[in-house]
Amino acid sequence: MFAFIIRRIAQAIFVMLVISLIGFAIKNKIGDPVRDMVGERVTPQERAKIRQKLGLNDPFITQYIRFVDHAVHGDLGLSFFYKKPALDVIVEKAPATMEMVIGAGLLIILISLPLGIYTSLKPRTFFSRFVMGFSTLGVSVPVFLTAIMLIYIFGVQLHWLPSYGRGKTVDVFGNGWWMSGFFTADGLKHLILPCISLASIELPLFIRLIRSEMMEVLETDYIKYAWAKGLSPMRIWLVHAFKNTLLPVITVFGVQIGIMFAFTILTETVFQWQGMGYMFLEAVERSDTSLLIAYLVVVGSVFVIVNTVVDIIYGFINPTIRIAGR
Amino acid sequence: MKRSIKRFKDSYLFYSFKNDKTAMASFFLLACFIILSITAPLVSPYNPYDAKNTDIMNSEIPPMWLDGGSSTFILGTDNMGRDLLSTMIYGLRISVIIGICAVALQAFIGIMMGLTAGYVGGKVDTVLMRIADIQFSFPYLMVAIFISAIFQVMFGVGSFEKLAVPLLVIIIGLSEWPVYARTIRAAVMGEKNKEYVEAARVIGLSRPVIMFRHILPNTLTSVMVISTIQVANVVMSEAALSFLGLGMPVTMPSLGSLIREGFEYIFSGSWWITIFPGIFLILFVLVVNLLGDWLRDVLNPKLYKG
Repeated sequence: MFAFIIRRIAQAIFVMLVISLIGFAIKNKIGDPVRDMVGERVTPQERAKIRQKLGLNDPFITQYIRFVDHAVHGDLGLSFFYKKPALDVIVEKAPATMEMVIGAGLLIILISLPLGIYTSLKPRTFFSRFVMGFSTLGVSVPVFLTAIMLIYIFGVQLHWLPSYGRGKTVDVFGNGWWMSGFFTADGLKHLILPCISLASIELPLFIRLIRSEMMEVLETDYIKYAWAKGLSPMRIWLVHAFKNTLLPVITVFGVQIGIMFAFTILTETVFQWQGMGYMFLEAVERSDTSLLIAYLVVVGSVFVIVNTVVDIIYGFINPTIRIAGR
Repeated sequence: MKRSIKRFKDSYLFYSFKNDKTAMASFFLLACFIILSITAPLVSPYNPYDAKNTDIMNSEIPPMWLDGGSSTFILGTDNMGRDLLSTMIYGLRISVIIGICAVALQAFIGIMMGLTAGYVGGKVDTVLMRIADIQFSFPYLMVAIFISAIFQVMFGVGSFEKLAVPLLVIIIGLSEWPVYARTIRAAVMGEKNKEYVEAARVIGLSRPVIMFRHILPNTLTSVMVISTIQVANVVMSEAALSFLGLGMPVTMPSLGSLIREGFEYIFSGSWWITIFPGIFLILFVLVVNLLGDWLRDVLNPKLYKG
C-alpha cells in the first residue's frame, strides 16, 4: 500500500511538472512580461533593460526552473489587466465557482439517489420509463441550451427568478475573502438556475449509474438470502442492497466534481457569473497570458489532487487496483 | 455484390435493426440530417454567406406563424437579417463536417496509439498508455477549451476565424483520442494471443502486416460503436466551443455560434434565433446517441457499462 501511495504521488508530481512545462512554454512563446508590468508606453531601450533585469534572456531551462520555483512559492506572475498577482485574482473568483459546484452537487445527490433507487426497484412502471427516457434526452442537451431555456422560461417569461449575476452577497469572514451568496435570500435565488443547469449534465449519468449498480446488487446471493430470511423489503433495499452500491457511486462522484469545474466555464458564461470560468474567458479575450497560465496551473493541480486522492482512497478499499499497479 | 447484400440481409445486425423501431426512426432522421447537410446549397431557400441576400432591415423577423412574420422567411430571420432556416442548414453542414473529420482524426491517432501499445507491449505500452491516462484524467471539454484558447491568443482572433474549421478539427481531435486508444488497446490485448495471430507470426509475416491486416479488422466493431457515440460528442464539443466564442465565427456560423448570437437577443423577446438552432442541435445529437446506444447493445454489450 505504501509503495502504491508513493507511486501515485510521484505520478501526480510528474503530471504537474508536465502541466507547468506546457504552461511555461506558452507563456514564453506568446506572453510578454514586460508589457504585463509597464504597459505599452515605454521606450525600447528601457524595455531591453527590464528584459535583462528580469532574466528573460536566460536559457529556456533556467527560466523554466525559476518559473517552477516561483510557482511553488505561490507566485504565478502578474495579471496584465487586473494589475495584481494572477493567483490573487483567481483566489478572489474561486468562491463563486465553488458555490455553484457545491449547489449543483447537492442537487445531484438529492435527485439522483431516490430516482436511481426507484428506477432499479420498479423498472417497468411508467414513471421509471419516463425517467430513463428523460435521462437519454438529458445526455443529448448541451448545458448552455439547458441554461438558456431555463433563463427564457423562468427569467424572461415568468419573471420568477433572476437570470444573471450573483445577487446580494455577504462577506463571511469579514476580510473580503469569501463573498457568499449562500446566506442571503437574494443570493440563493440567483443560485437556483445556475445550479440546476450545472446539475443537469451529471444527473442522467448518476441516475443510470445508481440504477445499474443497484440492479446488479439485487441479483446477488446475499440479497436472495436476505429475502429468504424474511426481512422487510425496505430493510433489504436500503440497508443491504443500497449500501453496496455506494462505493462506485462515490468514486465516480469524486471524478465528476472535477468535470463539473470544466462545465462551469459554460454555465458561468450564460449566467454572467463572476467566477473562475468567466474570468478565464475574459482573459482569453484580453490576451492576458499570465492569468491564462495561472488558471491552467491552478485547475490542473485541482484535477491532479482530486484524482490522486480518489485513487488512493480507492486503493484502500479495493486491493486489486494497487496490485495491478495502475 | 449480390452475395454481400444477401449476407447483410441475413445478418444479426440487420435483423435487430428491423425489429427496433427506435433504431429505425433515428436512422431515418439521421439520414435526413446528412442529406440536408450535403445538399445544403440546393435545399436552403437562401445562401446565408452571400451578403447580397442579407438586409439588415430584415433582422429579427419572427417565424411566419407569429405576428409580424412573413412567408418569405419560414422560421424568421436572425439579428443580421439572414434567413434563419438557411443559416441553420448551413450551420448543420459545418457541424457535421467538423464532426466527421474530428472523429476521423481521433480515430486515426487513437488507433495508432492503441494498436502499437497493445501489440508491442512492454515499455512502449507503459509510456503511451500513461500519456493517454493522464490526458484522460482531464475532461476533454477542458482540454479542448484550453487548446483553442491558446490557439486564439497565438494566432490572433482574425486568422483564427479564417482557419476555424481545420483548427477546430485539430483541437477536438487532439482532445478526445484517448477514448479510442484505451478501447483499441484492450481489444488488441484480447486478440494478440489468439491462434490466428500465432499462425501469422509463424509463417513469417512482418509486424505491421499482422497489426494492420490481421488484428485491426478484428477490433473494428468497437471502433464502430465508439465512432458513432463520438460523433455526437464532437458535435456537442464544437457547439460548446463556438458558444464560448472559441469556435466558428458569426459570419460562418455553426449551430453553436448561432445559439451564442441569438442568446444576446433572447431578453428582447427574439427567442427563435436561439431555440430553433438549439432544437436542431439536440435532435441531431439525440439521434446519433440513440443509434450509438443501439449499436453498442447489438454489437458489443460489454464495451461500456451503464
